[in-house]
Amino acid sequence: MPNTLLNSMRSSNFAFAWMLLLPAMVLLSCFTYFPAFSAFYNSLFATDFSGARHFALQDNLLDLYYDPVFWRALTNNLWYALITVPASMILALVMALWVNEKFLGRSLLRLSFFLPTMLPMVAAANIWMFFYSPNIGLFNRVLAVFGIQGANWLGDPSTALWATMLLAIWKEAGFFMIFYLAALQAIPSELNDAARLEAPGYFYRLRRFILPLLGPTTLFVFINAVIHAFKVVDHLFILTKGGPNNASTLLLYYIYETAFAFFDAGYAAILTMVLLLLLGLCSAIQFALSHKRVHYR
Amino acid sequence: MKLNKYASTLSLLAGLAAAPALAETTELTMYYPISVGGPLTQVVDGMVDEFEAANPDVNVTAIYAGNYDDTRVKALAAINAGEAVQTSVMFSIDMLELQSRGVIRPFNDFVKTEEDQQWLDSFYPALMENGQLDGQTYGIPFQRSTIVMFYNKDAFREAGLDPEKAPTTWAEMADVASKLVKKNGSGETERWGLMVPSTGYPYWMFGAFAKQQGETLMNQAGTEVNFNSPKMVEALQYWRDLGDKYQVMPTGTIEWGTLRQEFLEQNTAMMWHTTGNLTAVMQQASFDVGVAQLPGNVEPGSPTGGGNFYLMNSGSEAEQEAAFRLVKFMTAPERSAQWSIATGYVGISEAAYATADLQDYAKQVPQALVARDQLSVATAELATYDAGRVRRVLDDAIQSTLTGQASAEEALNTAQSQAERLLRRANRG
Repeated sequence: MPNTLLNSMRSSNFAFAWMLLLPAMVLLSCFTYFPAFSAFYNSLFATDFSGARHFALQDNLLDLYYDPVFWRALTNNLWYALITVPASMILALVMALWVNEKFLGRSLLRLSFFLPTMLPMVAAANIWMFFYSPNIGLFNRVLAVFGIQGANWLGDPSTALWATMLLAIWKEAGFFMIFYLAALQAIPSELNDAARLEAPGYFYRLRRFILPLLGPTTLFVFINAVIHAFKVVDHLFILTKGGPNNASTLLLYYIYETAFAFFDAGYAAILTMVLLLLLGLCSAIQFALSHKRVHYR
Repeated sequence: MKLNKYASTLSLLAGLAAAPALAETTELTMYYPISVGGPLTQVVDGMVDEFEAANPDVNVTAIYAGNYDDTRVKALAAINAGEAVQTSVMFSIDMLELQSRGVIRPFNDFVKTEEDQQWLDSFYPALMENGQLDGQTYGIPFQRSTIVMFYNKDAFREAGLDPEKAPTTWAEMADVASKLVKKNGSGETERWGLMVPSTGYPYWMFGAFAKQQGETLMNQAGTEVNFNSPKMVEALQYWRDLGDKYQVMPTGTIEWGTLRQEFLEQNTAMMWHTTGNLTAVMQQASFDVGVAQLPGNVEPGSPTGGGNFYLMNSGSEAEQEAAFRLVKFMTAPERSAQWSIATGYVGISEAAYATADLQDYAKQVPQALVARDQLSVATAELATYDAGRVRRVLDDAIQSTLTGQASAEEALNTAQSQAERLLRRANRG
């Protein structure tokens, strides 16, 4: 092949590749990279009350270090992720395994499992606020039937965060169930039959056959669940507003408050950097793990 | 090409349709919040329609923007994006912040005639406290409230209390509340004596306890706070005691958003809440509702609350002039009366209470006059520089005390030092 042809092929390939990448690149730069960099840039400055900006990275970092609400939000968020991620995933898997079987009323059950996902978070939170209400709430009324004195779920610092977690698990599990269900249905029936012949015990099959085949889905769901644990805070606006006394505040909610209720763009930007760093770290660890542990074939 | 042709024909048609008005129409955009229940956007839209009918040269786009925080965020974001927002209803306590950021301008700029001046002077003085700075008026009262005590007269009768005599002192309130507590056979509380909400706006409720101790939470300039004086500690202690010591109120925090429902379902015999809820409570209650001024300790009183009209530094001078006319129209006695009847918010001027509408309404619903009567002992709502954060540290102190995480004194000392630090920073800037 003459050199020139090779060159032109190379360059046209090159151009073609860039053309294919362009739409995604433009969208990502506009809506992801640019805001991230601008948040980083903003985190270097502080705006005072006359509206003047000055360099204040050190001040911002010190504020962060000495800000008890920030540490509270961070620990809350770690607990929140630590509980809601596995809980909603396990629940999703169990529900998917259940509605993957053939039985009467299966569609109805599938629908009812998926229903919470279709409700907007804010609407769900508004309903749950009344569930949690200490005197008129559903939970305490049900508990009262069994003679148990219910708690002031949202008004007590020791239960408020748990109450928000429960709503999140209820809301997320149906969503993740869909992915598991799709993956379960994609398992070829001959494989299934073979497994059945080899190993009659259901739990043995589950452990050695179904779960490994669900590996890629589990990774996908896991990444999404972790991201959601840091990203979805809509319910806090309705349920607790981060209270009582910051007992249920989460990072992103605190960022919103700082930026829009306290007008402090600089500090909100540095909080955003912390969140970004945290999520970056999470995905790095996840991808590193996935190379070792997940079978894609 | 063909598409282009279509588009130009369409725009021509649209132009023709709008042409008669287009020549001299001024376009106004206004954002407003609603933070109490009921179909109130219709009421605002109706008032705006009336204004447009009376002023054919002005076209107003009134945008309902959610709660107070949402409204401020959206209005400021629209202005930042280069859109004109000539006026908005926003939190009365945001004035210092908005003014220091240069996004609002005083109404005085447009007060030209004797009549304008009379309009500016027509509002209840208590409602102007959060709206004036250095002799200039930045906020005109619109949806303004005070805290009042709603109580269940049937429960009073049941407990052998005089339903026309609501408690007027702290001691009396604790006493009356304990008589109203009803327990079932297994010792669980079926009906509480009193609920004071402590989420959403705890600092506002605390402002009432503070006023009743004869003190205010901040100085007039909004540069200093008074959170931890002995009187304040005593006030917060009393609030906590209602749950802990007298056991007439649930411990922990009490949700602002569900409290009205709790009262309507008779889970509490008394509640402190905004008068903005009055109409909804009166309509939905299945029992005899009483409304009373808040009790006092050193003296009676309540902070005012709610939203003011602001003139934004946005749009042309002619547009702002039209916005000034709009605000004048919306705050005229007839509209104020109409708004007060629809919601329960206080009428903003004596003239509003002199209108036939409101006088008739007050005959049917005498409870509607309580908030007005309380205005004579009302004080400003907590408003400082860096207001969001300062409110927040006080909210945290209140909640940590009510939930038993800290003593009233510890919590308020912390809040005081945090607020002082915030305000020092604000002053330094």
